[in-house]
Amino acid sequence: MHKVVTVKSKAMPLPMKDVDTDLIIPAQFLTSISKDGYGANLFRRMRDNDANFPMNRKEFDGATILVTDSNFGCGSSREHAVWALTGAGFKVVIAKSFSDIFYNNSAKNALLLVILPDKVVDQILEASKGADYEVTVNLETQTVTLPDGTEHKFEYDQFRKHCMLNGLDDIEYIRSHAADIQEFRTRQEQNRYMSTRGA
Amino acid sequence: MSAAATKKAPEKSSKATAKNIVQKIWDAHVVKQLDGHPCVFAIDLMLLHEVTSAQAFQLIESRNIEVFDPSRLLATIDHSTPTRQNRWEIYDEAARTQVETLRNNCKKHNIPFLDFDSGKQGIVHVVGPELGVTQPGMTIVCGDSHTSTHGAFGALAFGVGTSEVAHVMATGCLLQKKPQTMRVEFKGRFKKGVYAKDAILKLIGEIGVGGANGHVIEYVGEAVRAMSMEERMTVCNMSIECGARAGLIAPDEVTFKYLKGRAHAPSAEKWDEAVAFWSSFASDEDSNFDKSVTIDLDKLEPIVTWGTNPAQNVGLSERIPKLDTLVDNERAVAVRALEYTKLKEQQTLEGTPVEWAFVGSCTNGRIEDLRIVANVLKGRKVNQNVTMYVVPGSEAVMKQCQDEGLVDIFREAGADFRMPGCSMCLAMNDDQVPPGKRCISSSNRNFVGRQGPESITHLASPATVAASAIAGCIKSPAEYV
Ligand code: SF4
Repeated sequence: MHKVVTVKSKAMPLPMKDVDTDLIIPAQFLTSISKDGYGANLFRRMRDNDANFPMNRKEFDGATILVTDSNFGCGSSREHAVWALTGAGFKVVIAKSFSDIFYNNSAKNALLLVILPDKVVDQILEASKGADYEVTVNLETQTVTLPDGTEHKFEYDQFRKHCMLNGLDDIEYIRSHAADIQEFRTRQEQNRYMSTRGA
Repeated sequence: MSAAATKKAPEKSSKATAKNIVQKIWDAHVVKQLDGHPCVFAIDLMLLHEVTSAQAFQLIESRNIEVFDPSRLLATIDHSTPTRQNRWEIYDEAARTQVETLRNNCKKHNIPFLDFDSGKQGIVHVVGPELGVTQPGMTIVCGDSHTSTHGAFGALAFGVGTSEVAHVMATGCLLQKKPQTMRVEFKGRFKKGVYAKDAILKLIGEIGVGGANGHVIEYVGEAVRAMSMEERMTVCNMSIECGARAGLIAPDEVTFKYLKGRAHAPSAEKWDEAVAFWSSFASDEDSNFDKSVTIDLDKLEPIVTWGTNPAQNVGLSERIPKLDTLVDNERAVAVRALEYTKLKEQQTLEGTPVEWAFVGSCTNGRIEDLRIVANVLKGRKVNQNVTMYVVPGSEAVMKQCQDEGLVDIFREAGADFRMPGCSMCLAMNDDQVPPGKRCISSSNRNFVGRQGPESITHLASPATVAASAIAGCIKSPAEYV
C-alpha cells in the first residue's frame, strides 16, 4: 500500500446525500477479477445522464479530492467502489459522514476519508462549484486548509493514521500475533460445533 | 468496526456485569486487544462467492500465504450466474471467468465449493443456514453486505470488503473496533397480509438509511419470538439498509428446532452440549444498549417503497410525503428520487401499473416465501402486461418447490420459475428490468439502476409482489391471503 501524507488539489463537489456504492460503480461493471480498470466507470450512470456532472467538465480534470454530503458509500459492501475512486485518481473524500463498510474498505486502499462538520462541508460544496477551489488535506497534522487560509481539524484513528502514513497493511499486523491466534483457536476447540468439511 | 459515521457515545455500564448478546459474542472472539489498537478478532466462518473473492486469493498468493483454515470457509456461485435452464454455459466472458476462477481457487486451496447441480448451490445467505453451518454465538463474514442475514441465528454476522476477505483467508481474523449496540423491539402481531418484510421496511423508514450506522441491532419482543427462522432471516437481512453493521436475534427453541438434523449441525451426542453453549449468549436481563427503538406491528399495513432508497417507503393506505414537510437534506433526495421513479408527492402507490414482478433474493427467496407466493397465485393468472420471475434462493429451495407442487402453480399462473441465484436483485447477469420499466420486487434495494439501467424498483413483501403481479398494478395482498 502506498503512503498518504498531504494532498493538494481542486475539490470536486458531489452535493448528494446517501450516495450508494451502486451509484459509485454499477454492478454490471464488477465482473473483472483484478483491482484495475474500475476508474473508467466511476459514477458511470451520472456521467452518462448528465452532461454537467463534474466529471464531464474539463475544469475538474485532475481533481483528486471529492467533496460530498452525508452517508457516502452506503449499500453494497463492494470494495470495487473504492477501487473505482482510486482508479480515477481520487485520494481524498471529504464528507459529513460515511457508511461503515465503505470507511473500512477505504483505509485498506490508501483512500483518505475526512469527516468535517456539516457547516464546513456545505461551505466547501458551495465554493467548489466553479472548479477553482483548491483544498489541502494533511494527514500528519489532521487538517484541511481552505483557499482563504482557514484550517479545520479532523479526527482520525491513530492506528489507521500510522498505517496510512507508513504504507502498512492489516495482514502483517494480524500475522504478528500468530501465537495468540494459535492459542485462541486451541482454547476455542472445545466449543466448536461447526466445520464446512464435506460440504 | 468503525464508528466513523456516528457520533461517539460513552462506553456504558463498565461497572455493571450484565452483557447483551453482542457484547458476549464480542468478548468470546477477542484474540488480542492492545491499547490504542483495533482488536484482533476471530472469525468462525467465512462465506465466499465469485464477485468479491478473486482479488483476495491474488493477495494471499502474491505473498505466499496459505489459507488459514479451509474448514471455516464455504464457497458458492450466485451473483453473476445465469438463471436459465442451461446455466453451465455462461455466455458473458467476464462472468464465466469469475466463476471459473472461484472454482479453481477453491480446488487449489481445498475450500468446500457448492457448484451447480450439487444440490446445495444457491445464494450464500440462503445456503449457509440451510446446511446448518450458520450457528448461534458464531462470528460470520462474507464479502457481501447482506451477511447480516445469519444474525437470525444469534450469530454476529457482517459484510466485509475484499481486502478483509483476504485477511480472514490468511489469518482467520480481522482487525475490528467494538461496535455500539441498538435494541429494536417489535411489539404486537401482524395483521392479515402483513409480513416480516413489512416490519423491517417500516423500521428502515422510521430511522432512515443511516439510522443505525456503527451499531449492531438486537431484535427483541414477542413478535420476534413468534417469527419463524425464515421470517427472522428476512428481518436481519435488511439491517444493513438502515446502516447497521449487523442485526441479530437471540437463539431459542425455534432456532434449535430449525438447526437440528441439518447437514453441518452438531451430531446427536454433541447436541445438548451445543444447545447449552448457544443459549449462554442470550442478552442478560438488565443489559444496556446505546440506542433503543420500538415498532408497533398491530397497526402495520403492507409497505412499498416509492423512491430510490429503502427508507423511502409508505404503507399502502398512506400517501408519498409532501415535499415541503421534509427537512432540507431529505427533500433534495426525495425530489431526485421522485423524478427517477416518475411519481408525485402526496400520491398513493396502490394502482400504479407495474410491468415486472420479481420474487427471489436472500431477503425473500426461501421456501416459506415461495409458498406464500404460490398461495396467492393459485388458480389465478399473472396480468398479461406483467413479466413475473420467481427465482428460488437455492437448489434445495428449488427442489422443495418441485416436491410440493409449487412449480406447477407458478407455471400455470404464467410466472417464469427459474434456476437459483441472485438474479434480478442486482442484475449482474441477463436478468434485468428494461430501461424505464417498473418492477415490484421482493429484494432489498431500490437504488437507481439496481435492477438494470433506468429500471424502477418498488420493494415489497412476496405477497404484495404476487398480488400486484395478478392485478397488473401495485396492490395490497389482503384480499388474496
Ligand atoms: S440476493 Fe441480492 S442482496 Fe442477496 S446476496 Fe445476492 S445480490 Fe446480494
